[in-house]
Amino acid sequence: MSRPSTLEKLAILADAAKYDASCASSGTSKRNSSGGKGVGSTEGMGICHSYAPDGRCISLLKILLTNHCIFDCHYCVNRKSSNVVRARFTPQEVADLTLSFYRRNYIEGLFLSSGIVKNADHTMEQMVEVARILRDENDFRGYIHLKTIPEASPDLIHRAGLLADRLSINVELPTVAGLTRLAPDKNAGMIEGAMGGMKASIDEARDGKKHFRHAPKFAPAGQSTQMIVGADSASDADIVGKASQLYGRFRLRRVYYSAFSPIPDASAVLPLKRPPLIREHRLYQSDWLMRFYGFAPHEVVEATDAAGNLPLDIDPKLAWALKFRERFPVDVNRSSREMLLRVPGLGTRAVGQILATRRHRTLRLDDVGRLTTSVAKIRPFIITCDWRPTMLTDGADLRSLLAPKQEQLELFAA
Amino acid sequence: MTTRGKLKPRLGAFYAVQLPEADDFAFWRERARGLVQCDVPPDRIAWIEPGATGSLFASGDTRLSPPPSDARAVRASKAFVQAAQTAMCHSDPDRFGLLYRLLWRLQGNPRALEDRADADVRRLDEFIRQVRRDMHKMRAFVRFRLVPTDADALGPEAAEHYVAWFEPEHHILRANAGFFVRRFANMRWSILTPQGSLHWDGDALCEGPPAQKADAPAGDAMEELWRRYYASIFNPARLKIGAMLKEMPRKYWKNMPETALIADLVAGAQGREATMIDAGAIAPEDRPDSLSAIDKAIHMCRRCPIGELETRAVMGEGPQDADLMIVGEQPGDQEDLAGRPFVGPAGHLLDEHLEQAGIDRAATYVTNGVKHFKFVMRGKRRLHQSPTAKEIDTCRWWIEDERALVKPKLVLALGASAARSMLGRTVSISRERGRAHGLGDGSELWITAHPSYLLRLDGAGREEQERLFDADLAAVAGRLAELAGR
Repeated sequence: MSRPSTLEKLAILADAAKYDASCASSGTSKRNSSGGKGVGSTEGMGICHSYAPDGRCISLLKILLTNHCIFDCHYCVNRKSSNVVRARFTPQEVADLTLSFYRRNYIEGLFLSSGIVKNADHTMEQMVEVARILRDENDFRGYIHLKTIPEASPDLIHRAGLLADRLSINVELPTVAGLTRLAPDKNAGMIEGAMGGMKASIDEARDGKKHFRHAPKFAPAGQSTQMIVGADSASDADIVGKASQLYGRFRLRRVYYSAFSPIPDASAVLPLKRPPLIREHRLYQSDWLMRFYGFAPHEVVEATDAAGNLPLDIDPKLAWALKFRERFPVDVNRSSREMLLRVPGLGTRAVGQILATRRHRTLRLDDVGRLTTSVAKIRPFIITCDWRPTMLTDGADLRSLLAPKQEQLELFAA
Repeated sequence: MTTRGKLKPRLGAFYAVQLPEADDFAFWRERARGLVQCDVPPDRIAWIEPGATGSLFASGDTRLSPPPSDARAVRASKAFVQAAQTAMCHSDPDRFGLLYRLLWRLQGNPRALEDRADADVRRLDEFIRQVRRDMHKMRAFVRFRLVPTDADALGPEAAEHYVAWFEPEHHILRANAGFFVRRFANMRWSILTPQGSLHWDGDALCEGPPAQKADAPAGDAMEELWRRYYASIFNPARLKIGAMLKEMPRKYWKNMPETALIADLVAGAQGREATMIDAGAIAPEDRPDSLSAIDKAIHMCRRCPIGELETRAVMGEGPQDADLMIVGEQPGDQEDLAGRPFVGPAGHLLDEHLEQAGIDRAATYVTNGVKHFKFVMRGKRRLHQSPTAKEIDTCRWWIEDERALVKPKLVLALGASAARSMLGRTVSISRERGRAHGLGDGSELWITAHPSYLLRLDGAGREEQERLFDADLAAVAGRLAELAGR
C-alpha cells in the first residue's frame, strides 16, 4: 500500500476532528509578531476566517494528530472497534501545515487533538512537540488550543500549558452513569482530577504574574470542555446542573454542547438520528442566561418541564418569564438592570442603551422599539410612560401569542 | 454674543468643502472646527468626497472667513472623536454631514451622544457597526496567495511575496493596515483593493494606487489543501445554511477559494447523512416492550453479518421476574437447531455446576449476548466462531432490552464476549471474576468463564478451572440469597 499523501491525511484527520464544537480563538493574552522572527498575533477578539455550510465558524485548523485510538468510546468515530480509515501526521507535518495556512490568512491558529496511541503519555508528548516546533522553532505567535489527555502525566500537561493558549478536556457526558456506559475506558474522576490540576496551574501562573512581570504564562485563554447532548438519557436539568458545577469548580471559560450527530460506522448502543440541534441551541441560550443575564442555575432549571427538559418551541428566558408572571411587567424607566435583563426580548446591549437613554428622556414604547428588534415580543412584559400591558401579562393565551408560528414540517426532519 | 452676531454669515450662504481623501479624518476635523467657530449651521454645508460630482447647491465658492480670534474652543468628547474617526470610513456620502450635525449639537449639549433613542445617534451607531463589521470581515476573509517566483532569477535569498485581492465595502484599507502589519510583521505582503493598495516589506508600509483583480496571482498550491480541509470539517448532519450566510454573505464569496465547494457540499449533505444513518441504523425507533416482541424482532435482525448467515435467532428463556440472569456468548450448533439457549454440551455442563451450587435453572433467565450462531463450514460441520467486538456491540441493543424487561438483581456473564455485551468493553476474566460490578441501575454483574472453555481443557488445567468456576457460582448463589433476603 502506498503512503497516503498529505491531502488524504488531512481529509481523514480533519473529518475525525469535526465533532469537537469549540473553535474559539478569543480571550487570550495580546501579542503580535513585531520584533519576532515568525508570524502571528492575538488581539483579544477571535476571528472566524470562514464558515462551513453547517453554520459553524472555521477559526482554527482543527485536526487530529492521529485517529488511531486504543479507547473504545461508543459515540466516537475513532474508537478502536470502528472501521474508519486510519492516518497519522508527524508533529513536523502538522506544524508546517499550520504555518502554511496561517501565512495565507486562512486561520487564527491550531486546535490539536488526538486519538490515543500506545499510551496517554506518548500521545501527549507528540502533541506538545507540535506546539514546541511552532512556538520555539518558528516563533509562532498565533493561537494554539491543545486537547489534553487526562491520563497523561501532570508534567506533560504543564509543558502543554506553557506553550498553548487554551487547554481543554472533554467531560463528554453529563452523568457518570452515561460515561461508564458509553466511554468505558474513560474515568470521570480522572477527568475532573486533571481539570482541577489545570485550574491550579492557571491560578498559580496568574498569581505569579502579579509579582513578576516575566512570570511564565500558563494557558492564558483558560480551559474549556465539551458535553455531548442526546447520546444518553440525561435531561437538560442534569446538563445545566453539571455545566454550572463545572463553571464553579474549575472556573472554565466555556462549556460547549455538541448535539450527538450520526457518525460513520456508528456503534449500536447509540440513537442514530438527526442531531438534536434545537435542543443544543436552547442549552447554549441557557448557558448565556447564566453567564451574562444573572440567572442562577436553579432558575434555569425552573424553566424546564416535568421531565427536566427546556421547551423547544420557545427560548428559556421566555419560558421562565411565562412561569413567573408575577414578576412582570417591568417599568423600563425605573427598574434595575437585573430586572430589565429578565425581560424576554431585551438583550444586554439593549438594556445598556435603555439605561443610558433614560437619563435623558422618559422612554416611550416607540423609543424602546427603536432600541430592540421586536417590540411586539417585549410589550407584554414592560411598562413605559405611554404603555401598560394590563390584562396581557396574565392572559392565558400569552404563550401562543409569543411562540413562533409552526413552520411547515421539514420533509426529512426526524 | 454681540461679537458672534457680527460675524454670523449672511443667510443663504452655502459652503462647499472638498475632501482630499474619503477617509481623511484630520482634514474634516480641521474644517469642522473652523465652521463651528464661524457659526455655520449644518444645513449650509455641502461636503464633497473625492470623485463625487458635488452637491446641488454647491456653487461652493463662498469662502470661509478665518474664525474670530475670541471664538470659543470647539468642544467634543473623546468618545465622539473616536466614533467620528470610525464613522469616517463609511461609504455613505452623508457621513460628513451627520458628524458635523452631531458636533454642532454637542456644543449645546455635551452629553447628546448618550441618548441612544435619538435618530442621529442611532445613525452614527449604525455607521460604526457597519464599518467595524467590514473591518472585521476583511481581517477574516483576506486570502493571501504566494507569488510564483522564478527561483533562478531571484535566488534563494529573496523573501516570499504574498499578495491578496480584496473588495471592501467601506474605506477601511488604511484603518486596517495596522492589524496586518502586526500579524504578518516578518512577511512580505501586499493587499490590493479597488480603492488603493498596501505593501509591506518587513520594515515599512507604503501605499499604492488602486488595483485590479488581475494584478494578484490567480491561485496558490496550498488552496487545494485548504479546500479539502473546508470540505472535511463540514458535518453534513448539521446543515444550517442560514447561519453560514449570516456571517459570510455571498458578496465575499468571489474572493475566497473555499466557497466554490459550498453548492456541492449542500447538495450532497442530505444524502451523506442518510447514508450514515442507514449504514449504522438500529432502525426501530421504539424498543420492543415485551419479551415476545423481542423474540419476534430478533428473527428479522440483519444489523450485523451474523444475521445474514441464515441461522435462526435464539431467544432467552426463563421467568420474566427472575432474580438471576445468566448471559452466554452466542447460540451454538445445537442451540440453533433447537431454538433454545444452553441445550448443547456446554449447556449440560452448566446445568451440572448450577445444580452443585444450588442454583435453580428453572428460576433463572438464561440468554445470550449475541442472538445468532456464527460459524464457518468445515466439511459437513458448522464450526463455532467468536463474534467480533462490533457484532457484540450491535447485539447489545437486544440484550439491554431484555435486561430492562426482566430487571434481574444479578447478572452472571459467562465468558469475555458476554462480559463485553454487558459492559461495552473487553475485560480480562481472570482479573474481573469473583466480585460484583455495578451496572448503573442498582443491579450487579458477576463475571466468570464460559463452560465451553472448560470443555476445551483437560487434566489438571480443567480441574483448576472447574474449581474456580464452582467458586464463582457459589459466590453468586450466596450473593443471590443475600439480595433476596433484603
